[in-house]
Amino acid sequence: MGPLAPNGIISENTNFLLAFFIGIAFGWVLESSGFSSSRKLAGIFYGYDTVVLKVFFTGAITCMIGLLFMSLFGWIDLDLVYVNPTYLTSAIVGGVVMGAGFIMGGFCPGTSFTGAAIGKIDGMVFILGLFIGIYAFAFTYPLWEKMYMAKYLGEPKISQSLGMKDGLFGLLLILVALGMFAVAEWAERKFPREEY
Amino acid sequence: MGNISKTERSKKYLNPYLGGVLLGLVLLAANFIAGRGLGASGAIKSVVATSIEAVNKNAVNTMPFMAEYAQSHSGSPMRSWLVFEMLGVLVGGFISGAIAGRLKLKVEHSPKITSRRRLVFALIGGTLFGFGSQLGRGCTSGAALSGMGVLSLGGFITMMGIFGTAYALAYFFRKNWI
Repeated sequence: MGPLAPNGIISENTNFLLAFFIGIAFGWVLESSGFSSSRKLAGIFYGYDTVVLKVFFTGAITCMIGLLFMSLFGWIDLDLVYVNPTYLTSAIVGGVVMGAGFIMGGFCPGTSFTGAAIGKIDGMVFILGLFIGIYAFAFTYPLWEKMYMAKYLGEPKISQSLGMKDGLFGLLLILVALGMFAVAEWAERKFPREEY
Repeated sequence: MGNISKTERSKKYLNPYLGGVLLGLVLLAANFIAGRGLGASGAIKSVVATSIEAVNKNAVNTMPFMAEYAQSHSGSPMRSWLVFEMLGVLVGGFISGAIAGRLKLKVEHSPKITSRRRLVFALIGGTLFGFGSQLGRGCTSGAALSGMGVLSLGGFITMMGIFGTAYALAYFFRKNWI
């Protein structure tokens, strides 16, 4: 049955329309969770607000469990679901550059849009920066092309790479997340703050 | 009075675990419907590609970036799933902020720094994030969150790169936040 668009069950235009509604839900959840506030987001790096960790990991795990069960029930063909390719070098270097941008700018791209949507001028300026950064990459791409394409590993799943079944990895990830949530609750009590 | 307004305001945000489950369900819906996860920087990439094409019709042949883009995206760049999704994000964020009474034009910053300093860092941070999202083939949404949801090895690596670096540098930028 699923995924609907790759299986031709819904048309391309329907898929785009649904993308708009999925985006509304995405933006609503991010804003309602406080992701429109850079000071709340940055709290994860100083221990005074750990909402990023809790929402992010709970979200990834919820999706992972949902996909595993839907696949088990035969509701979705996971072979048709896009798995991000792994280019080892650029995944690491890109992550490092983004991490530097995160601690300086206080947003990531998705959250800066929800900030801008409710009138945060710092969010709008961050978005301006995103455009500058992407234009800069576009015009200097030949300089990075070699690094961008280096160490291509295909589309491996982390469970495969670690030599375990998806379900077992999922269980371990849940246990790790629960441990991190316990530390997060402790940190928030230790480093109290006001709500932004 | 400060205390009362503090609890009132904190109550307005969703419980983070509930927010996480809802986010996961949205991500699951995206995978079930479109066969792909959520994203953000990809929508800006589409706008950038469109603008370059508008100025230089021949860019696909002269700019390697545009050739690479055309290879991975068929049709007009603006007919992109992520462009429609990100338009939705603006609407959804606005609705949530309107209901909670958070619509306000302002620069949010720590009382210890000026608005100007906050904006300068927002611009630098955005530029780095935009550039990094291209190298990493997606940002926190498209590479890290959606990648982790489908157990992509690259997604986990990029997630660790983003958060690991931000933690490593947190000390040097602490004045901006605490």
